[in-house]
Formats: sequence, structure tokens, C-alpha cells
Amino acid sequence: MFGIDPITLIVALVTVSTPVLLAAVGELVVEKTGVLNLGVEGMMITGAVMGFVVAVDTGSPTLGFLAGMASGAALALIFGLLTQLLLSNQVATGLALTLFGLGLSALLGVGYPGLTPPAVADPFPDALSDLPVVGPILFGHSLVIYLSVLLVAVVWYVLGHTRAGLIIRAVGENHDAAHALGYKVIRIRLMAILFGGACAGLGGAFLSVVRVQNWVEGMTAGAGWIALALVVFASWKPWRALLGAYLFGGVTALQLRLQAAGVDVPVEILSMSPYVVTIIVLVIMSSDRSRAALNAPAALGKVFHATG
Amino acid sequence: MSGPALLSIDGITKAYPGVVANDDVSFAIQPGEVHALLGENGAGKSTLVKMIYGLVRPDSGSMAMNGAPYAPAEPRAARALGVAMVFQHFSLFEALNVAENISLGMENPPRQRDLAKRITDVSEAYGLPLDPFRLVGDLSAGERQRVEIVRCLLQDPKLLVMDEPTSVLTPQEVEILFRTLRTLRDEGTSILYISHKLEEIRALCDEATILRLGKVVGNCDPRETSAAEMAEMMVGKSLAAPARDSAEMGKVVLKVSGLSVDPATPFGTPLRHIGIELHAGEVLGIGGVAGNGQDELLAALSGETPTAPGSVTLNHEPIGNMGPNARRALGLLCAPEERLGHAAAPDMSLVENALLTARMRKGLDRSGFIDWQATRAFATEVIETYDVRTPGPDNAARALSGGNLQKFVIGREIMQDPKVLVVNQPTWGVDASAAAAIRQAILDLAQNGAGVIVISQDLDELLEVADSFTALNEGRLSNVRATGGLTMETIGLMLGGAHDMHEPDKEALHAEA
Amino acid sequence: MLRLEKRPAPSRGWTMATPVLAVVLTMIAGGLMFAALGKSPVEAIRIIFWDPLFNTQFASYARPQILVKAGPLILIAIGLSLGFRAGVWNIGAEGQYIMGALAGAAFGLALYPSESPLIFPGMVIAGALGGWAWAMIPAILKTRFRTNEILVSLLLVYVAEKLLASAATGLLRNPEGRGFPGSRQLNRLDAMDNPELIANTGMHWGVVTAFIAVIMAYVLLNKHLLGYQIKLAGQAPRAARFAGVNPSRLIVLCLGTSGALAGLAGLFEVTGPAGQISIDFNVGYGFTAIIVAFLGRLHPIGILLAGLLMALTYIGGELAQMMLQIPAPAIQAFQGMLLFFLLAVDVLSNYRIRINTEGVA
Repeated sequence: MFGIDPITLIVALVTVSTPVLLAAVGELVVEKTGVLNLGVEGMMITGAVMGFVVAVDTGSPTLGFLAGMASGAALALIFGLLTQLLLSNQVATGLALTLFGLGLSALLGVGYPGLTPPAVADPFPDALSDLPVVGPILFGHSLVIYLSVLLVAVVWYVLGHTRAGLIIRAVGENHDAAHALGYKVIRIRLMAILFGGACAGLGGAFLSVVRVQNWVEGMTAGAGWIALALVVFASWKPWRALLGAYLFGGVTALQLRLQAAGVDVPVEILSMSPYVVTIIVLVIMSSDRSRAALNAPAALGKVFHATG
Repeated sequence: MSGPALLSIDGITKAYPGVVANDDVSFAIQPGEVHALLGENGAGKSTLVKMIYGLVRPDSGSMAMNGAPYAPAEPRAARALGVAMVFQHFSLFEALNVAENISLGMENPPRQRDLAKRITDVSEAYGLPLDPFRLVGDLSAGERQRVEIVRCLLQDPKLLVMDEPTSVLTPQEVEILFRTLRTLRDEGTSILYISHKLEEIRALCDEATILRLGKVVGNCDPRETSAAEMAEMMVGKSLAAPARDSAEMGKVVLKVSGLSVDPATPFGTPLRHIGIELHAGEVLGIGGVAGNGQDELLAALSGETPTAPGSVTLNHEPIGNMGPNARRALGLLCAPEERLGHAAAPDMSLVENALLTARMRKGLDRSGFIDWQATRAFATEVIETYDVRTPGPDNAARALSGGNLQKFVIGREIMQDPKVLVVNQPTWGVDASAAAAIRQAILDLAQNGAGVIVISQDLDELLEVADSFTALNEGRLSNVRATGGLTMETIGLMLGGAHDMHEPDKEALHAEA
Repeated sequence: MLRLEKRPAPSRGWTMATPVLAVVLTMIAGGLMFAALGKSPVEAIRIIFWDPLFNTQFASYARPQILVKAGPLILIAIGLSLGFRAGVWNIGAEGQYIMGALAGAAFGLALYPSESPLIFPGMVIAGALGGWAWAMIPAILKTRFRTNEILVSLLLVYVAEKLLASAATGLLRNPEGRGFPGSRQLNRLDAMDNPELIANTGMHWGVVTAFIAVIMAYVLLNKHLLGYQIKLAGQAPRAARFAGVNPSRLIVLCLGTSGALAGLAGLFEVTGPAGQISIDFNVGYGFTAIIVAFLGRLHPIGILLAGLLMALTYIGGELAQMMLQIPAPAIQAFQGMLLFFLLAVDVLSNYRIRINTEGVA
């Protein structure tokens, strides 16, 4: 159909999805502790620029990824201090983080557009990647892609099957009760916020270093917001976040292919399709009242202030 | 009793801005003793308990356990030393199941499957059956308390602290709880029992310490002290019981029939086939344990939850589909349970809060433009008439004490001259003198010909003010009975939802009449 | 150890003082940022905050520009502030701004080359409707399906940007523009021009509308029942329902108003300072207005002052770019920092900070 090879489409889908997936899994954990961080876009773009800058300057993509994570976490720390210690409004602070991140990243990236990042090593021997059909789909990706899937599995396991996960869910469900039982609500939330920031930063770094292989101002183009939407779509369940991310990646990859194939649909209509699809999915999910309400952390977005 | 006390408290003081919660408090709990901590709302019981459990640290003074200094930095430390606590407002997580909830309160919880087994064992051994895999959100208030108690029991506590445990229980459930507590005491566990209910303390406790305004005002053996003596120590003065003449009941003003409402939230209670006939001059008391549909019933009456037009009628006019303001215009006013955030906006001034419900009947706006002068005058009038203690009408609602804000809220409705007033938990968390004033105001209103519905979990209150009584259980109402001649046992059965008593009920009513 | 203690009522003094404190802190932190870029911090701050107003060389150009930039910021922020007060988070004003400009310009250009004096008023109405309609999408989705309005309104910004690109290169492209993207120059057509009303002040119809919006918002919030209901719904949603406020109506009203005002801002921009529909017509006013709304404490007068201040940082930023070669994005980071500091010092108006020397008792 339109001369699009399904195998390359799947490969593209996975690459396109990974930044959003990483950010979404991080935010999912944050929201599970009852914190709504709307600054994902800001942390992602800062991760993108820092990852790119460090990868280019050091020649090491790995250091780039680490820099992306560190810078995402650093921005998240600001959010954490403001919302957890200074009790600021989470919505406003998240927006501030995004606005600040967009400005900061543009500033840090001055002089970098057009440079080429170092190539990312293929963790598997060529022989595997050369296998028909499964080769290009399963092998030959950046290690970060495998890491992202592994991360989903780890988050799923920890949240659902460990004591740490139980405590995280408890804090997000009722912070006053968790406090009364002696759990350190603020400390747990700060750690989750840092984790979310590192994930978003890694997603951003992957976007600039691996997927686009360039730095462009504002290059995340709403990916952070889509990650936030994915968390709602996933009803705060990690595997469904993966599904959602790949669905979004599929739409994006397909519309890019269709643009390239010169299909008789205006380019603008194609390029707005990922956003429109995200909105439609959000509507479908939120209209199912009972289920969405059951899974949403009950304390989401509420300010916690221990009295006495 | 020789040897060191299990827990001795020596000169504890804790101050918050504007209030000394505990002032040089000392007493001791012996091993194997049920020790009552008695005091009315605001006497400082909860603060003291929080210090024992490591949630709050005292400003000065010391505690000792078995003779060794005891200063828990956090609840974990308290638990490690054998102190367990059942909270007044449950420290439970609705979206988690019973086993997960219990596991969260334990230091080294066993694996989920082993834990479930132990929960079943312990809960059966103490007569408190529990299914470990049910979601706590689906449990009744009594069952939730069991979760808390079992959580404590699994840790073999030396001292079990219970903060107002019976406020959510039916009389029959109270009996079961007391049996459990006595068994525990006989096994050597000390219990610190916090309450303001004198009869309970006399039935259960070996020793009582009485707090008033943060200070210890007395100690006694409750088995040998009369309730009246303890009440006087607790309140400091004897309060006049509300006075009323038996009013003539008029015609039916409010009629509810076949009212059913589905819950708005996943853990909400549905209302099922509610039927009420309220007469002019009548005070109808609706009892019931928390979470049996009280909020939902109030919302259906206030108009926050619209229903079929005919399911609620006011003076024969169908109003079920009307919003709150249309109902107010016709004379149906309400005062919800939650003062801060529902009956009043915490950060708004009393003037602004007066506007909240009084706009229609007091004509406080002209085509949408607010008459702030008239609003202020009304707020001031409420403050003066109902003796609301506040520096002025411009103070924020949240700056008022619970009792004063409640007087303002009730006063705001009564001064609008309602035909029907519905109040939910009118004296919850209110000090004794404010509670007496509020009850008197409710009786006066009925005296003047209005119909009043009082929804309350405080049975003593209902027996004091209500002419007739009905109970709400899982969203259903029992048959209405005249208050006079009701025994605690009958009430208990009504609260527990013994709906099959229908036929004998009617006969009993006839027999009494 | 520092401990926060909730005040019985918000401190009025701190509520007024915190924006000023935030500006001062931002100047200090911004100065550090400029120093890190190798520029003189004192000079940079002076160029941004002082020179546009008082430097004899620049003031004549810069002063009028302040109103030009403040107009759309204030207009949008006033609309946003109503929603923010009610707990309705429209953060897609940028998209509504674009759609207002597109709808208005499309109306005018459809009637080209008519010279009717009704064209400009018609464009204004079309602009308001365009922004309103775009904001109605999240409003209806929120009221019908409880879909989060934050995400929908924001995602619609990207959709609006694509529509803008499409219009600039297709439907609204200047047929006499030799194939270049962009519409006709609206501000060179008498029927569609939004002119400078008083020479060298920067005052145009958009600024006038912004001032009117400030006054109307002030009256609404202080004297009218609707303003009371907006505040009530934001502070205590349950009490608002008890008071008979219909939450859906309020959501539609707040999103609709803010959308219409953002649409108006877009229309006045495209017919005035910007002059035409082009691919890069939107410059982020819809997002900066969020900062303006918070900095102004969601109060109409505060927003007026905050809008003027934020406009100053735009002009000053351009000057700093020219004089000190400070990169343009630095000023964007600077504005974001301002919001951070504001949120951080905000704690002072609602809490007292106590220093505890809590010994073990």
C-alpha cells in the first residue's frame, strides 16, 4: 500500500515511540505517588539539548544519555522542591517548568543545530540484524530501546508486586494516611519526581541523539504532552503505556511515510494526525467514568502539608 | 499494682500557635489495664495520642516505658516498642485491599499469602471476620475499623491506643468490640481508650484520666464514679439540656417517595427507595453509621443531586429536578456535614460565605450585581444572633473554630426562615456549649412551625432533639418510629439494617401510641 | 529546621509583596545567568529593565513597543485568569490566538477588495468567534466526557499551528505574492488595518480592548455574582455546587471567554503589528500570558502591571540581544525563571516560616 514496507514501518514505529514511552513511564510513577508534573515537555527538551551537546562534545552517546537523564532530573528537582517543600500549585509549577525548559534549552543549544552526533553502537552482531523479517525488527536498535521495554517491565513489577510499589501506591492514594503510618511522603515523592525527570531527560536525549540526530529548537513538539496523555490512556498501567506509545508511534511513523510517498492528502492534515488521534483516545478513555476513576491515584495533584 | 508503669507520661506540654494543646499533662498506664482518656472535643486528647505514637513531639516533658525513657521520633519507632494505634479518622487506603492495608502498617510483613492466612486466623480468633482480598473502599465503617484493629493485633502490641473507636459503630458492634478488648486485656495488653462517651467508659475501663482545655483535671475509677460526676469534670460546668415543649405537628411539608440515586463515585453509597414524610413542627432524626448514604441523602434533598421531579415534593410541589437555589427560594434549606469546603468556603470571608446560600431568600443581588452592604449586614446579624466568636465578618471561615463556624453555618440557614431545614451532623467536632446552643436553635425552629431533619451519627443527640427516628443503612431507610420509648437495642437493630422487622414494628408503634 | 505553618488567612501584605520579591530574585538569578554567558550582569539588567524606558537613544522606539507587546499579553492573561481562578486550566491560548487571527483574516480576505467600513468590525467579531470556537473543543470534551482540558487545549495548539502553516501556504496565500508563503499585508489595506491610534504610543485597538477587558474583569470579579461563582468554584468546588453553581456552565463560560479574548488578541495582531498571516505568525504570547496571569496574582490590575513588565522584558531582551549579543532564548529562560521564583515565594502569603530548634524531649 502506497509502497510502504511494513518492516521498516515497524522499525520506525519503535524508534519514534521510545522517547514518548520513556517520558510516559517516568510520569506514570510520579503520578502513582500522587504528584502531577506537567513539566514533562520542559524536562524532555532540556534532556534533548544536554544529551546532544554532551554526545557531540565528548563523542560518546552514552555520556549524552547520562547527561540527558541528569539534566531532566535537575529540572525535576526544581519542581520537587517547589511543590513538595514550598507547597506551590502543581499545575502552575509544571507549566513553569515547561516554559523555563523551552527557554533554557534554546539557550543551551545555541551553536549546535546542524552538528552530527556520534553514531550509536549496535549491541548485536550484524548477522542477527540481517535475519529476514525478525532481524530488523528485533535487533539492530539502540540499547536505549531495549532499556525502555525493560523499564516498563521493571516498573510494572515494582508497582504491582513489591513492598516499595505498595508504599508508592499508598502515598498516591491517601497521603495523610501514609503519613500517619509513618511513611515519608515528601521523600518518596521527591524520589519519584527525580526518577520521572531522569526518564523524560533520557527520552529527550534519545530523540536528539538517535532519532533525529540533530538539535532543533523546540524539537520535542509536544511529545511531553503526549506522554502525559498516554498516562491517562494507560489508566496508570505500565504495559498499557507501552501499547499507547507504540500506537502513537505507529500513527506518527505512518503519516511520515505517507508524506514521503506523496499521498494525495494535505501534508498539514497528515502532520496534525498524531495530535488529533491523541485527543480522540483521551476522550474515549475519560468517557469511561468508573474505570478511569478507580485507577487514578486519589491524591493526584493535591498539596500535602503535614500538620502538627 | 507494683513495678513500673507500662507507659508513664510526665509533664508533657505542647503548644500550637494560639492554643496550648497539652499543658503539663501527667498520668500512667499500668500493664493489663484499660485506661480511659476522657475529654470533650478540643480538650487535647488527639495531640497527646499523636505524641505517644511518635507523630508529634512534645515541647517539654517526658515519657517512659517500663521505666526506660520513651521518645519515639516516628511511628515506626513507637510500633517497634509495642505501641499500636487505631485512628479516629481511618488511616486506610480505599483502592487497596485489606491485606495490602494491613501490610502497610507492619514493620516486617510476611509474604502476601501468609499474611492473608494470618489475617483470617487472627480476625476469627477475636470475633472480627474479615476477607483479606476485599477492597477497603467497599467495606462498611465497622469493617474498616476491624481492618485497623487486626493490623494492630498482628503486631502483638503491649499498648493499644484507640481514638474514639465507637463513633462509627452500631450498639451491637460496640458490644463485639468491647468483648474483643476485654479478651485482649485479659491476655495482658494495655489499652488507652479515648472517648467522650461516659457510659462506654464506665462499662469498659479500669482507670480514667480526664482532660479539659489541655490540662489533666482529674483521675477516677470509672466503675465507681457516676457519669454525672465525670461529665462535670469533663465540661467544667453543668449544661442545661435543651428545652422544648411538645409542639403540635402540622401537615406534611416535605415528602420524599421512591427516591433512588446511583453513587457518583466508585466507593459511594447508592440511595434505594427512600421515603420520608416530614410534618411542620416535627424534628425527624435520621441515625446511621458513617458511610451509609448520609451525604448522598443530603445532596438529593439540597438539590446538588437532581432526581425525578416527583420523588421530592415541598408543600405538594414537585421539586426533585430543581437545583439548590430554586429549592432555597421555596424554603428548603440545608446545612451539610463538612463545614470547610462544602457548607462554607475556607478561604472566603464570612461575608462572602453569607452570600453562599442566602442570596435567594435575602435578596442579596440585583440582576447579578451583588449588594455587598446588605450581605455584610446579614453576616453581622448571624454573628451577633448566634454568638459566633470572631474578630469580625471579614475573617476567613477557616480561621474560626469548628464550633463557631458551625454556629455561623446553622445560623445562616435558620435566619433565612426556612420552611424545611435539613442538617447533617450539626454538632460533630463542636464543643459542648456550642453543641447545646445549636440543638436549642434547631428545637426553636421546629417550635416555630418549620420541619427539621437532623441526620446524625450521635444517637444521644437524636434522642434529645428528635420527635421521630429512622435509620439509614446501606442507602435504605428503616420505618419511622416515635423517639419516645425507643430502646438502644431497637435502635441498634434499625442501624444494623434489620429491615425484616417491618410488621412487628408497626404493631409496636401502635402499641406505644 | 524550618517548618511551615499555615496562616489562618492569607497575608495581604505578602500577597502584594511577593511579585516584587520574585522580580528582584529573578534579576539576581538572571544576572548570574548573564554572567555565566560572559556578559556584565549589571549592564544586562540595566539594558533590559531601564534602557527601553529611559535611555534617550532607544526610548523613542522602545516605549511605544511596550504597549504593542503588552496589549495581547494582557488581553489573553485576563481571559486565562478567570479560568485559573475557577480551576479551569486553559493552557492552549496560543492555539486560540492563532485561530482568532486565521478566522478574522479569512473573513476580511474573503471580501477583498471591498472597502466597506463594516469589514474591520466584522473581522473583529470573526476573530473572537474563531478563538471562542477553538476553546469550545476542550470545553465540550470536558463537560461531556470529562476529558482533561489541560491536555486537549495544549495539543490543539499544535493542530492550530499546522492549520496556520496550511493557510499561509494555501488558502490565504497572497495570490500576488509570487508564490511566497504568507497572506496579503492586511495592515496596508484600509478596510482591514488596525492602525496606531495615537502617534508614537503604540496604542492600537487591541490595546484599547485590553484596557476595557481589565476594567470589565475587575467589575465582574468584585461586583458580580458570576465573578463570585468563579472564585467559589476554584476555592471550594463542593461549596460551589452547594451554592447552586453549575460547573459545566462555568467551564464553558471560562474557556469560551478566554478563547474569545485570545482570538481577539490574534486578530488585532494580524491586522496591526504583524500585518499578515505567515507561517511564524505566533510568537508565544499565549504561553507568556500564563506567566503574566500568575505574576499579576490573577487580579485584573495586577495583570495590567505584569503585562507591562513582561512586555518590557521582551523589548529589553531585544535590546540586550543587539547591544550585548545575548542570545534571544536567554530572555525566554529569564521569563520562565520569573514564574518559578513567584511560585517559590508565594509560600510566604499562605504560610509562616518558623525556625524550630526541636530538641528530643
